[in-house]
Amino acid sequence: MKKIIISLFVILIVSCSSQESLDVNSANEQGILLLDNGTEPQGLDPHIVTGVTEHKIVIALFEGLTMQNPKGEGVIPAAAESWIISEDGLEIIFNLRPDAKWSNGDSLTAQDFVYSWRRILTPALGSRYPDMLYAVKNAEQFHKSEIKNFDLVGVKALDSKTLKVNLKTKTPFFLKQLAHYATYPVHPETIEGFGGISNRDSRWTRPENIISNGPFILDEWSINKVIKVRRNKNYWGIEDLKLNGIHFFPIDNESTSDRYYRSGKTHNLYTIQTEKIAKYKDEYPDQFKLEKYFGTYYYRINTKIEQLSDINVRKALSLAIDRELIVDKVTKGGQKPAYSFTPPSEDYYDPPTQLNFNPELARKYLADAGYPNGEGFPEFELLYNTNEGHQKIAQAIQQFWLKELGIKITLTNVDWKVYLDRESQGQYQISRAGWIGDYVDPNSFLDMMVTDRGNNKTGWSNKQYDSYVKKATFANNEAERLINFSKAEEILMDELPIIPIYTYTRVYMLRNEVKGWYPNMLDTHPYQFISLED
Amino acid sequence: MLIVISATFFMVHAAPGGPFDDERVASPEILKQLNDTYNLNDPLLSQLGNYLFNAIQGDFGPSYKYPGRSVSELIFSGLPITMELALYSILLALFLGILSGILASLNPGKLLDHLPMSVSMIGICVPSIILGPMLILTFGIWFEILPVSGWGEFPGDKVLPTITLGSAYAAIFARLTRGGMLEILAQDFIRTARAKGLNETRVVLYHALRGGIMPTIGFLGPAIAGLFAGSFVVETIFQINGIGRYYVQAAFNRDYTLILGISILITFFTLTFVLLSDILATILNPRLREKGSMN
Repeated sequence: MKKIIISLFVILIVSCSSQESLDVNSANEQGILLLDNGTEPQGLDPHIVTGVTEHKIVIALFEGLTMQNPKGEGVIPAAAESWIISEDGLEIIFNLRPDAKWSNGDSLTAQDFVYSWRRILTPALGSRYPDMLYAVKNAEQFHKSEIKNFDLVGVKALDSKTLKVNLKTKTPFFLKQLAHYATYPVHPETIEGFGGISNRDSRWTRPENIISNGPFILDEWSINKVIKVRRNKNYWGIEDLKLNGIHFFPIDNESTSDRYYRSGKTHNLYTIQTEKIAKYKDEYPDQFKLEKYFGTYYYRINTKIEQLSDINVRKALSLAIDRELIVDKVTKGGQKPAYSFTPPSEDYYDPPTQLNFNPELARKYLADAGYPNGEGFPEFELLYNTNEGHQKIAQAIQQFWLKELGIKITLTNVDWKVYLDRESQGQYQISRAGWIGDYVDPNSFLDMMVTDRGNNKTGWSNKQYDSYVKKATFANNEAERLINFSKAEEILMDELPIIPIYTYTRVYMLRNEVKGWYPNMLDTHPYQFISLED
Repeated sequence: MLIVISATFFMVHAAPGGPFDDERVASPEILKQLNDTYNLNDPLLSQLGNYLFNAIQGDFGPSYKYPGRSVSELIFSGLPITMELALYSILLALFLGILSGILASLNPGKLLDHLPMSVSMIGICVPSIILGPMLILTFGIWFEILPVSGWGEFPGDKVLPTITLGSAYAAIFARLTRGGMLEILAQDFIRTARAKGLNETRVVLYHALRGGIMPTIGFLGPAIAGLFAGSFVVETIFQINGIGRYYVQAAFNRDYTLILGISILITFFTLTFVLLSDILATILNPRLREKGSMN
């Protein structure tokens, strides 16, 4: 009995001592980037996954025709070394790099892209992002099973290294969409070997099976522990690649994250805990990063409800919110007050703003709508998914509306799936929402408010708005396109089926030895450019 | 077991929202495809039938949230952690519980009786959902001496979860041991042993404890089963990636197959451990054995 007890305690003590893992100093010497990556990814199949966590790993393993320019918002050549766009903008010829290969040494061909695009457009695969290719001629029809013959879709391999793409209409942001992982190639033989083109549950992305074409290949995947990738010696750009590998840690707890960073187990701190932001900003100004992010936090208004269908009411609700106060005193994460739906960027698109805090004007609009001082206005419900942050903002806005307008609302928090269900069924009056653009273009925001789009969810429809968004698509030049988006945005911010609250920011820490990591609005940092220096 | 599976099955399907709802709404065509792929458009009864048919053969289906991962795979990645947590907690509970139970029984009505018994009363009354955050606040945030989340990532991060999960059972074991010991200590053979001049330690630890520990042994089975259920709360508080946390997340994600898989596992554990502790009690206690043979 004694022996058993003693041996149990020995086991206990041994297993209590911490496990050996790489620290940043030895990782720097070995050229291995240690990344805190939020949560465990849903998977690594570029055609199946959605989400930021997955994106950060997928871009290490795979490479599309174009990639995000690390220093700006445009794209640069990736698997394609060049392309020629026809004068009418409807045909693009991509020249793939002669030395672009798969990790097993197979040449990366134009046919591989045709196969991969067929896969993502195959309805039975159930991909979330087929619309990234809807700009391609007949792609949408194929995905919706209106046509069965993929030969009719506008993508052809002219030879093994030349890909011809025909577009439905001119799509200026198409090259940006090609930097999105949904359009990346997958290795046809591997896919066929694991259940075929429409199998979403196969094991082809496991380390022992995966063949990829990106700068790194998958080495190890331990659920909830680590994902390790190492250099792909068949990558065309291997000579310029400075990192030897990356370890992605799924740490979904901010406090653990913080401990990892402070104890030198990661090169970055994914999110700084709100209460530590001020401290870190002061103490580590060179590691502290606060960057604009291409996302907007906003409230949806159900315009199908009688009182809320009145534009004056919606204007009053919006004008009574002091956004500066919300970002300063409530969210405190360096967010920027939002006065437009599309996040502004000085050098590119600066949407018109007219949403300043003006309680007096707000009261006037409410009186015009027939509810002076809020009299006779029904008590509405504000819906949000259970989360402390959403709750604090909702409480602040509840106070603004009560104090400035005399309007009472009740706060209702529900579980995430119930929230989504109620929103898409239109069973809400006002609800909180957030949107992150998939590519830096006003289209990735403004298109969703077009009449009857699945993500509109407000019941709002404005013919003139629709026509401006459409005109932007067909515009002859960039300036004309942006003017049309501006006009659409102006209508949106005048009618306010959605009330923007703030523009998201990324607040994180990054060690000084990480070089080649530049700020950009999509928070994408291609690993081809990153190096570790002392 | 069948009842548990069926009840869980109908409850998870009755909850609003489905596994494929997301902020970025998928088109109706995509949703229909996804539901078709996983047979979610079939009548519920036929889905249940299919599920049971596969489950009997050991196939608990794919996870909806993690495509390409099977439910069994996810469970096996989390199970060792949950088992480790349960093991430490039960060891801690037994050690503390039996020790303070013995102390109390040797000093009935005195301070050494009242003190451990009052503490254990608090232990029974304060649920882990309150105790956990209290420990985090005290040791993690005020004194900053112990990590407040994770498992096996930083030295000492196993301490707080173990205490949180184990303490309620330590309290119960203490009371059971005290009761059992008091009963035995009053019996004739103990007086005989003392009269023979055996030293007190030997009397208590060898003669008395053998009988006095019986109530604790009897409760061991339900306790271990309860620990697995308790780990749901503790793993969530301390962000430990065991099956308890998977279960809670699966419920939020409407990952039907994962919820069912873990429910089956927990039911199986509960039944097994209750049975095992009955058997153990029979082996250790001759009286139960005789009763058994008489039947």
